[in-house]
Amino acid sequence: MLMSGAQILLECLRKEGVTHIFGYPGGAVLPIYDAIFDCHDIKHILVRHEQGASHMADGFARSTGKVGVCLATSGPGATNLVTGIATAYMDSIPMVAITGQVRTSVIGKDAFQEADITGITMPITKHNRLVKRVEDLASAIAEAFYIAKSGRPGPTLVDIPLDVSRNQIEFDVEKDYPKQVNIPSYRPAGPSGRVPDLQMKKAVQLIAEAERPVLYVGGGAIASGAQAEVTALAERTNILVTTTLLGKGAIDESHPLALGMLGMHGNAYANHAVNSADLLIAVGARFDDRVTGNVDKFAVGARIIHIDIDPAEIGKVMQPDVPIVGDVKNILTELIKQVQPREATAWNDQIMEWKEAFPLVYPNDGNLYAEYAIEMVNELFDHDAIMATDVGQHQMWAAQYFKCNRPRQWITSGGLGTMGFGLPAAIGAQFANPDKRVVCLSGDGSIQMCIQELMTATVYGVPVITVIVNNRSLGMVRQWQEMFYEERYSAVDLQASPDFVKLVEAYGGVGMRATTREQLREALIKAKVVTDRPVVIDCVIPTMEKVYPMIPSGQSVKEMMLRHDLEQVKASVHADGETWSFADEERVLEQVVEVGASGAE
Amino acid sequence: MSNTIVAQLQQQHTITVLVDNHPGVLARVAGLFARRGYNIESLAVSVTDNPEISRMTIVVNGDHRVLEQITKQLNKLVEVTKVVDYTETAAVERDLALIKVNAEAHHRGEIMQIVEIFRGRIIDMSDKAFIIEVTGGTEKLDKIIHLLEAYGIREMVRTGIIAMARGSKTASRTGRDAE
Repeated sequence: MLMSGAQILLECLRKEGVTHIFGYPGGAVLPIYDAIFDCHDIKHILVRHEQGASHMADGFARSTGKVGVCLATSGPGATNLVTGIATAYMDSIPMVAITGQVRTSVIGKDAFQEADITGITMPITKHNRLVKRVEDLASAIAEAFYIAKSGRPGPTLVDIPLDVSRNQIEFDVEKDYPKQVNIPSYRPAGPSGRVPDLQMKKAVQLIAEAERPVLYVGGGAIASGAQAEVTALAERTNILVTTTLLGKGAIDESHPLALGMLGMHGNAYANHAVNSADLLIAVGARFDDRVTGNVDKFAVGARIIHIDIDPAEIGKVMQPDVPIVGDVKNILTELIKQVQPREATAWNDQIMEWKEAFPLVYPNDGNLYAEYAIEMVNELFDHDAIMATDVGQHQMWAAQYFKCNRPRQWITSGGLGTMGFGLPAAIGAQFANPDKRVVCLSGDGSIQMCIQELMTATVYGVPVITVIVNNRSLGMVRQWQEMFYEERYSAVDLQASPDFVKLVEAYGGVGMRATTREQLREALIKAKVVTDRPVVIDCVIPTMEKVYPMIPSGQSVKEMMLRHDLEQVKASVHADGETWSFADEERVLEQVVEVGASGAE
Repeated sequence: MSNTIVAQLQQQHTITVLVDNHPGVLARVAGLFARRGYNIESLAVSVTDNPEISRMTIVVNGDHRVLEQITKQLNKLVEVTKVVDYTETAAVERDLALIKVNAEAHHRGEIMQIVEIFRGRIIDMSDKAFIIEVTGGTEKLDKIIHLLEAYGIREMVRTGIIAMARGSKTASRTGRDAE
């Protein structure tokens, strides 16, 4: 059948099982949108900003493991995807970005809305390609999907010039779409790859010899779908498991062997465990600087087994004693068979003692805090909600207090730390999981970076519940300025934000404000029954709250600050009674509370 | 002891990278070096006997770990077929230089002798200058350049090192994979 490039594209997407495209039209993608007009089985979601489209595709992918797809026009459309593509790249999320490009005949001539998007995205895609002939389009799409989801996943980009999507050729998807992609220069490890026997033997031996082992599990375990294997290995060996920000959900966090997150804002007991360990089993984790702090002082006494699908991660930051390259699930399955069962030892008791000595705490003074809001989400949604976050203090509080019982329940921008990610990612996750509730935890800074997607949520009836932890400041930066820049608060006081309750109502959603624990609880209960539109809860918390524990950047467990440590430091430094708040904080707070009293009804 | 470590650390490596002969591949490889902070000493690219494959010879400075990262990161590029490190392999390495040197009448004899000793060739001659073509390893070229500096070098260009393993091994088939 004679088909245009645009029609071929849709046939290929259909063949790849794509159900949703998050996109925004424009001149260079007019033929593609013309084909979408006739396409009823793939749902196109019209966003309000291309960045939203990329984060939605990302949230879709993170919550399912499937490849997320976003679509934008040439030039500014394509460059608006860049933040979302970089976000996906840093966290190894499978995504295919499709961009329009100016006609092949004017490429390189500074045509209207021309941008070299393959050049721009070279360092933030796993692979990208400009398709210059319609004859090459189907294979380019097949390769893009194959590369995005195989091996260590990541985003790919296909740039399609206007004439390529308009030109017609004879095409039969059954015959002409590659059933198998074969790229001689690309041979990623797969779920059925070879397990290196010698390395496995060494790993088994190290585990048998270890007195103080710890499992350190990252996003690779989620990507590989290895929750059962991580849990089984932990149970067979009684080795406690700490997870990275992206590894949350790799083991049920209520499991007695789960230690929660480690690192800069990780649990003190998890950090103590890693610091005192004599064996660290790194599983699909990459020794990120937010985990290690000062690498020279990280897990100094520990031998390291490093399991990762990407050979380039082995030795990138720390040299392991036993490197094992392969699919995490595949390797762990074999490791469980070979490893000797091990009873819980005094080491397990020691960690449990630390757990009791250094619990996560926040003020129990009856006031509303972010931590309480997160605990309420856990409780009121029966530990079943998908949690998406933005970036900042609220993200770290959520990482500490939100308890995942399964993988893909936790959606956060870890590597890139993208403010504005949360709301669109939550919307993407909701499209992928219509039967689940999706909560977006955001801040008054982050939410304003992609807030326009509330309109998308209203239009499509997406009942995402956004809890804005509102401290009227850019809290994480403010925390650093307070602690490390002598309280020289520079450009962190937001001074004014829109009335979020009225704003979400203007967008057609439901707005509520909570300034007390009771109001928050009520608001969440009310939000639960809203199933056809977005809900925003403006959750007002004190400005000066900080995230603890904290290991200052580039330092080690020795320098870890706990909540009470810093309060003592502050008390001694500021014995003169100097106040800690912004000059106008109280005034702002009063206003908010007044408005809140009526808004929460 | 620390001296030997330093000596090991700063080794010069000649690596050969076989890549798909696509537009933009050079940008990918060069971009990778730039953003990961690896310094390229020299880079030579051309098509191979297989017109679909190009061959890059890259000379880099760095310790063992840096080189390991470079080869692993290069291998991650979809269009890179093979990375071979020639550092510990018996390999032929050649660089070619064109040197335009001042050649006043009374110096011509001396210059021609130097060129002879280095088995170079004079490929252009005018009343004031020669163009000398000379091939060899980096050290040999550095030496002749040093000697010719006495007469005044007006212009010079070098291709950068290209390399090939001795014996019957080839980079594409039986060459030792750097990974």
